[in-house]
Amino acid sequence: MASLVTCPHCGARPKEEFTVKGAALTRPAPDASQETWFDYVYLRDNPRGAYQEYWHHTSGCRRWLVVNRDTATHEIFETRDAARKVTA
Amino acid sequence: MTPYRLSSGGLVDRSKPLSFSFDGKEMQGFEGDSLASALLANGRLLVGRSFKYHRRRGILTAGAAEPNALMTIGEGGRTEPNTRATVQELYQGLTAQSQNRWPSLDVDVGALNSLLSPFLGAGFYYKTFMWPAALWEKLYEPFIRRAAGLGRATYEADPDGYEKSWAHCDLLVVGAGATGLAAALAAGRAGARVIVADEQSQAGGGLLSETATIDGKAAHAFAAETLAELAALPNVTLLPRTTVFGWYDGNVFGAVERVQKHVGIPAAHLPVERLWRIVAKEALLATGAEERPLVFGGNDVPGVMMAGAMRTYLNRYGVAPGRQVAIFTTNDTGYALAADLEAAGIPAAVIIDSRSRPAPSGYNGRTRIISDAVVSDASGGKALSGITVRTRNGSETIKVDALAMSGGFNPVINLACHRGGKPQWSDEKATFLAPSGLKGLSLAGAAAGIDGLAACLEDGAAKGTALAESLGYGSTQPSFGAVTGEIAPAPAKPLWTIKGVRGKAFIDYQNDVHRKDLGLAVQEGYGHVELAKRYTTNGMATDQGKLSNVNAIALLAEARGVSPAEVGTTTFRPFYTPVSFGALTGTSHGHHFQPVRKSPLHNWAKKNGAVFVETGLWYRSSWFPRAGETGWRESVDREVKNARKNAGLCDVSMLGKIEITGADAAEFLNRVYSNAFLKLPVGKARYGLMLREDGHIYDDGTTSRLAEDRYFMTTTTAYAAGVMNHLEFCAQALWPDLDVRLASVTDQWAQMAIVGPKARAILERIVDADLSNEAFPFLGAAEISLFDGAVHGRLFRISFSGELAYELAVPAGYGESVADAIMEAGREDGIQPYGVEALAVLRIEKGHVTHNEINGTVVPGDLGFGRMVSSAKPDFIGKHMLAREGLNAPERPQLVGVVPLDPAKSFKTGSHILAKDAAATLENDQGYVTSSCYSPHIHSTIGLALVRRGSSRHGEEVMIWNGLRDEFTPGRLCDPVFFDPANEKLHV
Ligand SMILES: [Zn+2]
Repeated sequence: MASLVTCPHCGARPKEEFTVKGAALTRPAPDASQETWFDYVYLRDNPRGAYQEYWHHTSGCRRWLVVNRDTATHEIFETRDAARKVTA
Repeated sequence: MTPYRLSSGGLVDRSKPLSFSFDGKEMQGFEGDSLASALLANGRLLVGRSFKYHRRRGILTAGAAEPNALMTIGEGGRTEPNTRATVQELYQGLTAQSQNRWPSLDVDVGALNSLLSPFLGAGFYYKTFMWPAALWEKLYEPFIRRAAGLGRATYEADPDGYEKSWAHCDLLVVGAGATGLAAALAAGRAGARVIVADEQSQAGGGLLSETATIDGKAAHAFAAETLAELAALPNVTLLPRTTVFGWYDGNVFGAVERVQKHVGIPAAHLPVERLWRIVAKEALLATGAEERPLVFGGNDVPGVMMAGAMRTYLNRYGVAPGRQVAIFTTNDTGYALAADLEAAGIPAAVIIDSRSRPAPSGYNGRTRIISDAVVSDASGGKALSGITVRTRNGSETIKVDALAMSGGFNPVINLACHRGGKPQWSDEKATFLAPSGLKGLSLAGAAAGIDGLAACLEDGAAKGTALAESLGYGSTQPSFGAVTGEIAPAPAKPLWTIKGVRGKAFIDYQNDVHRKDLGLAVQEGYGHVELAKRYTTNGMATDQGKLSNVNAIALLAEARGVSPAEVGTTTFRPFYTPVSFGALTGTSHGHHFQPVRKSPLHNWAKKNGAVFVETGLWYRSSWFPRAGETGWRESVDREVKNARKNAGLCDVSMLGKIEITGADAAEFLNRVYSNAFLKLPVGKARYGLMLREDGHIYDDGTTSRLAEDRYFMTTTTAYAAGVMNHLEFCAQALWPDLDVRLASVTDQWAQMAIVGPKARAILERIVDADLSNEAFPFLGAAEISLFDGAVHGRLFRISFSGELAYELAVPAGYGESVADAIMEAGREDGIQPYGVEALAVLRIEKGHVTHNEINGTVVPGDLGFGRMVSSAKPDFIGKHMLAREGLNAPERPQLVGVVPLDPAKSFKTGSHILAKDAAATLENDQGYVTSSCYSPHIHSTIGLALVRRGSSRHGEEVMIWNGLRDEFTPGRLCDPVFFDPANEKLHV
């Protein structure tokens, strides 16, 4: 029922304020192959453990976030603004 | 004084008598009573009927685990079924009704089920499904439904209020018994922010039933003193009457506070229940332990009670359990009860101890003790009359009217297991303990398997101190002085299977699961704990097996010849005790169920006689009936004809509106729309198509360029929020390097469509700008002023109706007066308001699509929008999937018009299209009607449809099939544009 997501802008907020979109994948380059695009649109990993997802702070600051969470324990390891580039 | 009330003792206030009724009979109790204690004081032993066999049942416990004493409390909209009498506080005028009996509690026809019990054993429900289906529906199910059941919910509205709150703390202490109070005091004195939640009417837990003293003070006085100190600490919050029912992610706890469940008429300014979500850095469970029943024959006869409960009724409520009391125990706590009974002047007749050992050292009573013995059966009808005691040497029958039983203790670890941790079996304690290694939650006292008051006080103080220190609050551990008069407990010797049992020996009282049912489950291959649970329904009643689960597991283990550790437990889930829908709903009911969205033109529409329709949260005007009109169609036909002949005004404020600014706004739009936007000139509007990344159409609308770096986008009403989220995703997550800003301005603008041949003439009277076709042609967009500069707004020459039309946006607060002014300005030209019904007719006549057609499965080509997919752009959302084979298949459904061959015939939206002579089968289905209406210009029903290869089949005769009504209408496919196909009216 209740859990909290820590928004990098707003702090710990009830998860009801957020909307989850799904896997935080990198959009392929426009000239990428059909196969690459197909994977991006349709194929998803379904890991037990850490998973990066796009979450939207819909009823808060309205920023899109990348939430790294454990699909088994629901523990959230990290949240960051989706616009913040990370070096892989 | 009522028959079983002692003349003194207990914490009830004998100076404050309360009257209440049970099954219509008036009774008396005292302030401080629970409903259960008051019933017992009145000698009411039989309080309910069991679920399946309708056996007579009495009060078994004094707390939340009660499986038997479930009653319907209150009247009218305040009726609450399945209330446990053991936790319900008595109040003046309380009305209680017993449940699951007919015609009355004492004489119950359903008890005949007991005679059918050979057929109602474990797996009964599953086996019954194997019987002929017809009999099941007509005979068995109605019978079972009537015979087995709990209380009934009321159909009347609940007159009371509920609310929800969040709370934050360093330490949440669950349970305010000895352990919890000690822990809270330690952490509270240290300065930590502490919340103490206790589910009982009075905090103190077991201290309220205890006769031992602490530092020379009565245990209940110690509790009161400690509570007073806690209440005085500003950093401590006490939540009485609050059950913590769940442990959730992020160390958030759900709790329900019964604010006014102990009063007859709740005060209107307070909720009756408050749902708490408590965010705790650390939590300490001081939830105590639940005493285990013993599984002997007739262990459900009224008068058989848990030993601890009997001690509570005696010491806390001053109620004698009977005149002749027996105690059947596997541990030392039975002796504490014997000592208390003797002190109260009703010495127990006998103690039956399953162990062969001398009485504990602290016990000096004179009660007869039979050791190395068991009670194999209890007998009696409405009340207990005797017990059979078996020893190695034989058996003995003893006449008693009350029997206390104690099979040992199970720590209350439910909350600790709500997040996936599995309970751990302890051979030493002969029960399950909480999982180890939990983060943010620990257990203390009896909940951690610790026995005895002194040890619990010590453990609570130590853990409270340690937790405060871990949170950065240094302190010294409180000490409480000596505990005197306690019978020091020795470890229990578990007793699972009792030999020589003759009668039904119940494990789960509420669901009527007895020992043989478990044996049957094992025998029939359902011995796994999860299977046995479902096969026998053990632990599936509203008490969720609080008393029965450990007994069931241990008996399964014995039947399978393994350790309980190997059997394991079923999964613990919230809620710990039932939570009312009212509490979960909070304020979101009735008028406040969901927000109401009213357009800034709502009052204008209302003044003009609109009939409103709810679409999503919006109230939209459907049509505007006039005097003399006999039906909605008459009004809509008039509105449609008038809009095409003179002029109409329609409220379109609920369209989504988004302001897009920034140096890269043009590039951004070019990427989110499938058609080109980069070169849209300032002062122009353009229709845009937005795709999903998988190539299907997501939404459509118009976007106007108001300045080099400023755009105004409209979306459909339904997708206003979704498009905003989508654009923010594109701007923030996909292309953060683009300089673009987005703002939803849906609520900032009142927007109205002024439609029809006379629209220009009318607008010219209030708009300051030149509106001639040359100065402001089709798809013009401009910031304009009205009434000689009095109001500033935006004007767009766009048309959903196919007529000469404008959309005028003014700041929301001016909406109503501007609409009034337009009506006034257009009076002589015959302007009339029109609603969404007429709007739909106008757009269907023109073949314009909405989300009826953009149904999530169509790509641009399906709707004839192929040319709106730019091949020149290197990238836009959806481009890369559009080339996929399936999205270009020749057999795809395409947008087409459809009319009945006979104009007098009609058809409905949703009807399917069949080839002319094809049979009505799924295989022959060629598509369906997505929109339809009566067109007063075509003089028949017209429709838009998505039909296989539809665009190349204009003129073909088909059959329109309504499978729901079994109607067949011969029809013809046609061009989806029914009216003014050359768009001559648009450009005048
Ligand atoms: Zn935020």
